[in-house]
Order: sequence, then structure tokens, then C-alpha cells
Amino acid sequence: MTQLPTSTEKKLGLVIDLDTCVGCHACVVSCKGWNTENYGAPLSDQNAYGADPTGTFLNRVHSFEVQPERGAAQTIHFPKSCLHCEDAPCVTVCPTGASYKRVEDGIVLVNETDCIGCGLCAWACPYGAREMDQKEGVMKKCTLCVDRIYNENLPEEDRQPACVRTCPAGARHFGDLGDETSDVSKLVAERGGIDLMPEQGTKPVNKYLPPRPKDEAAIDVLAPFLEPVAEEATGFLGWLDRTLEKL
Amino acid sequence: MHPAPSIIAFTVLSGLGFGLLGFLGLGKPDVSGFTAFVFFFIGFGLAISGLISSTFHLGNPQRALKAFSQWRTSWLSREGWLSVATLIVMGIYAIGIIFFHTRFAILGILGALLCLATVFATSMIYTQIKTVPRWNHWSTPVLFLLYSITGGALLSGQVWIAEPLFLLLGAAQLVFWMFGDNLFADSGSNMGTATGLGSLGKVRLFEGPHSGGNYLTREMVHVVGRKHAVKLRVISVFCLALLPWAIFTFFNFGHAWALLAVILHLIGAFVSRWLFFAQAEHTVGLYYGAR
Repeated sequence: MTQLPTSTEKKLGLVIDLDTCVGCHACVVSCKGWNTENYGAPLSDQNAYGADPTGTFLNRVHSFEVQPERGAAQTIHFPKSCLHCEDAPCVTVCPTGASYKRVEDGIVLVNETDCIGCGLCAWACPYGAREMDQKEGVMKKCTLCVDRIYNENLPEEDRQPACVRTCPAGARHFGDLGDETSDVSKLVAERGGIDLMPEQGTKPVNKYLPPRPKDEAAIDVLAPFLEPVAEEATGFLGWLDRTLEKL
Repeated sequence: MHPAPSIIAFTVLSGLGFGLLGFLGLGKPDVSGFTAFVFFFIGFGLAISGLISSTFHLGNPQRALKAFSQWRTSWLSREGWLSVATLIVMGIYAIGIIFFHTRFAILGILGALLCLATVFATSMIYTQIKTVPRWNHWSTPVLFLLYSITGGALLSGQVWIAEPLFLLLGAAQLVFWMFGDNLFADSGSNMGTATGLGSLGKVRLFEGPHSGGNYLTREMVHVVGRKHAVKLRVISVFCLALLPWAIFTFFNFGHAWALLAVILHLIGAFVSRWLFFAQAEHTVGLYYGAR
């Protein structure tokens, strides 16, 4: 049913640390690896070894450059996947009821056997979190690895989304953002976690931790002693300088 | 947004068809027998071929019937119900006129209202999309309804009402184009809010997530052909409104001239609907350093 639940028991989601992410794309690869052979249709590629390869991904890493008013520009790697919004506009537009938001944990999922592939949900998402699989003609999106996090066949340390489990930098965190005492909620409070495009009114569950401010270059007490001593060239170089100046 | 031919054909043809059926529902023109059959055939033909062409946009059209289930929240689902209801009501009304020379006036008025409601629901599929600020505006349903009523007046031969409607439609389309050009900037979404990094400085895309394209860039970051937008707008308004208006105002009304006006109007409507999609900028473009 595409009516959104008024509230969910949990708000499972990701917290992504833009200060720590090194842009290695390991989360992209592990996401594709897990999700192409588990929940729903495989994530197909088209022309994978040709001149113009393309394919379905549930998680992609963009890299941005931020130029502050003064000082050097900063590169920020920016992983982006479904934010499992509380007011998910992708769910309400769905004509078939294939898209839904789970009451028990807030995960937004697609029931692929009901999806007609109209693409309206992908239009409704401001973040580009949904991609139509070109082979199956159904909408694919991040499931928050719903087939891992509750999977008792996996060792306990593996019961988290593949992207979180694989991140070598520890830039991705998974937990209940509806519970103020959870580790992820504390992290968001401590680091001032932000919503993407809050003006769209989607109330995303996933939060992004902004990069920490860069250190100002420290003032070196010895620096004045390293000032260039000879302001004016003398001797042969001085003669050369004056002669060239005259030419 | 990608201007998919299937959706352009769907919105233009079904809008025209429901416009014509609406006028027929009001008894304009008051025809019966074979003449009525021809009119209804054109009306139903346009509406149904438009609806069928919309299914070519689906990844799994064999499940299209499931789209009737979510009318509580989905405008696409509501549009499905309304179009079926309209076709059934107008179908019964048409049978009365064609075969029994009987006009069920109340059924006709109900059918005409359903025609308007269907076109309104079609327009709301786009208007509800907040991520495309150009669409997310009251001018979208106004324009869709104006297109439908003007096209309906033209096809049903109601020249007295088509003439002022041509001028109104042309003017409204021009005004809303110029107005719409600012809506994305006014929406408040930019690369700063999209990444949440705007408070730190000026944000630009340093490197995309991949070197090729993907579904998102093909479907929602369509920039091809936008450079000709101004020329296409002029061509569209001439074909859509000014030339048909001139034909009816300065030339004797006859079937050949009327056919020319219909063809010109159709060309103009197709160009304008192409621009409706091609110029629509989606917020996801912000993540790709594009609009």
C-alpha cells in the first residue's frame, strides 16, 4: 500500500561521514556484489565490456570540490544511496503499490513482482536513489541489505549492510536513527549530522556528517628568520639585472 | 527530463481525444448517425491510442492492470480510473446517439466533466513531481486543460470558441514558459543543499561517480536539444495557435483549411510537449553538476 505509515517502530538508516570517506568506491562494489545475487532481480549491466558500458547501481560515489571564501579548495567524496525518507515521495506516487515503507523499521522497498516499471518513483526522488534495471524493467533501490541485517545464517558481525561492512575507512555507520540512545544518533548529535535537500520536505532518515574544518596553517616562530636576505641582487647578477632591464 | 516519444504521444493524443469527446458530450456539434460515428471514432481513437502509447513507456506492461490499485495516493492510478470511467460513460452516450438517435444529455454532461477530470489527472502526474520545479506549479494543469479544450474545440468544429482559445492558449503558453524558466532557481535547491556542503563554500562536481552515463543521467539529466529551445518555442506557438487562428479568421472555413489547421495545431502541440519534457530540470542533475 502506497500510503505512508504515520510513524515507524524503528528508523533504520545510514550515517555517512564525509570527513572520513576516502572515495575508494569499495561500498559501490560490495553493494553491487551482494545485491546482484540476493534480494530481487540481479543488477544488470549493458555493454559491460564495450565502448559505452552502463549498469544498475544502488550506491554511487560522487566527488565534489568545495572552495571556501579563503584558503585552499577541499575535495569531498560523497557516497549516495537511498535515504529511506520518512516522507518518501517515491512511495506515494507508485500506482501499483509495489513501493512501500515498512512500519517495523522504516525501510523503503520495492516489491518487484508488482512493479510495472513506469519510472514515476525515480522521477519523484530528489536524490536519484532509484534506478530502473534495463534488463528486468523493474525499479531497483537500496534495501538497506534487508536480507543481511536480520539474517541469522550470517555471523553477527556481518548482519549489517554490505556497504557498511566493507568500508575500509569506517565512514559508514548503520543503526536506528529513531532511537536517541543509539550509537548512530549520538554520532549525528555530536557531529551535527545534516539532511540532504531539506527544502524538498522528504525528511531523510540517512544523515551525512559534514567534513571537519581544516586546520589553519600553524604560525611558525622561526619563519621570520627564513625571510630572503638579499632583496637587491649585487655583483655580476646585479649587473646582469640592470643590463637586461635597459634592453 | 528525457522526452520519451511514448509519453509525448500519450499526453498530446489523449488530451486531444478527451477534449473532442468533451465537446461531443455537450452536444457540440449536435450530430447523429454516421456523422456522429465519425466524430466519436476520432475522439475514442485519439484517447485510446494515447493511453495505449503510454504503456510503451513501461518496463513490464503486462502488469499494467495493477496500476488501478493505488488511487488513494497515486495520480497515475487516478488517471487510469478516470480514463476508463470516461470511456465507459462516453461509450454508452455514443451508442445512444449513433444507433438510436437519442442524446442522453445528463450522461453527456457527466462524460464531459469526466473528460476534464481525466486531463486534470494526467497533468497532476507531472504537477505533483516536486523534484521538477518547472512542473510543480499550478500552470501545468491550466495548460494541459487549455490544450485539451482548444484541441477539442478545433476537432469538433466549434470555430466560434476555438478562435479566442487559440489566442488564449498561445499567450498562456508563452507567459508560462518565461515564468517557468525561473522556477528551478526559485525552488531553493542547488548543489549546496543537494550535498549539504553549501555552508562550507562554493560546491562544484570534481569527478562524477563513473565516466559513462546511467539511467539517471539518461532519464532525468536530458540536456540534448535544449540549445534550440527558443526557436522551437517560436515554431510551436506559430503552429499551435497563431497559424490556425489566422486560417479561421482570414480564410473561408472549409474541410481542407480545417485539416491544415488541425495538422498545424498537432505539430505545435507535439513540439511544445517535447519542450515540456526536454526543458524540465530535475534536482538529481545537481549531483552530476548539470541541470
